[in-house]
Amino acid sequence: MSEVAIKNMTLNFGPQHPAAHGVLRLVLEMDGEVVERADPHIGLLHRGTEKLIEYKTYLQAVPYFDRLDYVSPMCQEHTYALAVEKLLGIEVPERGQYIRVLFSEITRILNHIMNLTTYALDVGAMTPLLWGFEERERMMEFYERVSGARLHAAYFRPGGVHQDMPAGLAEDIYAFCESFPKFLADMESLLTDNRIFKQRTVDIGVFSAEEAMDWGMSGPTLRASGVAWDLRKSQPYDVYDRMDFDVPVGKTGDCYARYLVRVEEMRQSLRIIKQCLDEMPDGPVMTQNHKLTPPRRGEMKHSMEALIHHFKLYTEGYHVPAGETYTAVEAPKGEFGVYLVADGSNKPYRCKIRAPGFAFMQAVEALTKGHMLADVPAVIGSLDIVFGEVDR
Amino acid sequence: MVEFWWSYAWPTLWIVIQILFIVVPLLIVVAYLTYAERKVIGFMQLRMGPNVVGPFGLLQPFADALKLMTKELIIPTGANRVVFLIAPMLTFVLAMIGWAVIPVADGWVLSDINVGILYLFAISSLGVYGIIMAGWASNSKYPFLGALRSAAQMVSYEVSIGFVIITVLLAVGSLNLSDIVLAQQDVWFFIPLFPMFIVFVISALAETNRAPFDLPEAEAELVTGYNVEYSAMAFALFFLGEYANMVMMSGMTVILFLGGWLPPLDIAILNWVPGIVWFALKVSAMLFVFLWVRATLPRYRYDQLMRLGWKVFLPASLLWVVVTAGAIVVFDWYPGIVN
Repeated sequence: MSEVAIKNMTLNFGPQHPAAHGVLRLVLEMDGEVVERADPHIGLLHRGTEKLIEYKTYLQAVPYFDRLDYVSPMCQEHTYALAVEKLLGIEVPERGQYIRVLFSEITRILNHIMNLTTYALDVGAMTPLLWGFEERERMMEFYERVSGARLHAAYFRPGGVHQDMPAGLAEDIYAFCESFPKFLADMESLLTDNRIFKQRTVDIGVFSAEEAMDWGMSGPTLRASGVAWDLRKSQPYDVYDRMDFDVPVGKTGDCYARYLVRVEEMRQSLRIIKQCLDEMPDGPVMTQNHKLTPPRRGEMKHSMEALIHHFKLYTEGYHVPAGETYTAVEAPKGEFGVYLVADGSNKPYRCKIRAPGFAFMQAVEALTKGHMLADVPAVIGSLDIVFGEVDR
Repeated sequence: MVEFWWSYAWPTLWIVIQILFIVVPLLIVVAYLTYAERKVIGFMQLRMGPNVVGPFGLLQPFADALKLMTKELIIPTGANRVVFLIAPMLTFVLAMIGWAVIPVADGWVLSDINVGILYLFAISSLGVYGIIMAGWASNSKYPFLGALRSAAQMVSYEVSIGFVIITVLLAVGSLNLSDIVLAQQDVWFFIPLFPMFIVFVISALAETNRAPFDLPEAEAELVTGYNVEYSAMAFALFFLGEYANMVMMSGMTVILFLGGWLPPLDIAILNWVPGIVWFALKVSAMLFVFLWVRATLPRYRYDQLMRLGWKVFLPASLLWVVVTAGAIVVFDWYPGIVN
């Protein structure tokens, strides 16, 4: 009898797959139900963002950052705005800084709801998703009221934020903060102590602290492994140094720890939002240097200088002195960085984007190897991968 | 000629009429079960569910059925055509013929056979073939994995269902489903046999491939599992089969544990309500549990499901069989023959 070679089954997980979170294509080599090798293929959503930015003025580049990780747009604008401000050497008025922190935290909650509920959907619990989107809708309305757009806000700009918050928004955000813990409690009642959810996530995709650092993890994914590293604490930007909040840290580094860390981060974000609303001073929201930020429309009606500024800003843009910077913020997914090289012209010479999800992608194989097929969606869900930023 | 009519033609015709009286309401129930599922889960998820087609969306099931009937049936190139087409029919037919022995009210049963429960057990065991054939004939990877999972799952949980049925048999002393119901006139079996009731309900979820045991069609991993390659009416037959199975398993639960068509209390007012109404109410309550569970729980992983089946339910049900049998012998509780 001749020998029969047993070949592992190769399974194409994506790019059109309901649990692949966008256009992830994962080539899985399976031994029955056990994953032997997971080979992530990227690039199906590549749009050449970095190259496009080189052909845009500094202001025109802002909207590209919304379209990277499209579930946490404002945090990425934040990075870019901070980077340009650093090169320009300008300060943002306090009110502008508070508004930015406020909306960064709203964005964090937006992102974590999206992540946790789709993650729950991937392990089979579909109700949290629908509940969560009800809350997301309320936050998207805050986005819309402040910037005019629900998703691609282009609200944080170099020099501050585009406009002041409309009257009444602060009260509504406060009311939201009061009611949101109810949703969190409801969601947790379905997931946190649920035995099936725990069986699906505890001890799945485990990273020790060293491994997590070696693989370039950041954000909740790193903190779940027990590393208390949060850029909002370690190198505070804007007014984060005045905020009183805790950094939740996990112990086990498995999918369940990543879930718990994100849930707690939402609670801490609420604390920050409340503090921002309480402490926010009055004043301008943008740098009052009109060579860099647009003048008020009323002013343009009678001041020739303002009109010239406006015209120059929206045609040529402003020139940024030559220099380079790496600026990073604690985006909801992890460390989101922008390496910006300016050559003195009105366009960036180079804009390299460091997306946290890209580092998570390379860890998928290490995390899923030896687990079963059903654990692959759980791991991908817990890593919080969004392809807009991975492929850029 | 007259003799032919009365001894052959009329009995056949009468059976066909009876079958229609069972199958047509059953199909309507199945259609409205899909509607109820979408409405119930919708409300649990702060949504409206279907509300556009007809008043309160009540015509939605018919719109869906019409759509599925008029779609094109696609047979993949690599598929085994014969098996591919037989599989959905088998699933559907098996889901229907189980109803031949289910008494929906006192004496309202197509065929009151003495081994009714064995017949039901056999029919529900055969259900796995439809799924295996579908997965195999599709000649595609996701359906294949789904079919393998489903086979392992249904076989595992049938073992514990078997033991649950044995416990009930010990308490009744008959395999006839009507006798089983009548034996519950004093107390419904879910009270004395409560652990077995739980085991049976959970196994019923697993047996019908419903959440949290919907592994064969886990959309997160297998897209929809064994029926990925199916379209149009072939898909609809799987769908109808799955829901008809849910109704049948609920019916079995009601007959074995919840007193079938008997009213909850043996008092005049409740006895005036026809038995079929009680039966329908109890089946609806069980179906609600099916839907409720689906909206609440995540999905088990394949190995966890196996562990639950073989390491928890099997020993537990085996133990309870021994306990029940022991109690009957020790306390001399031999069931009288109910007639």
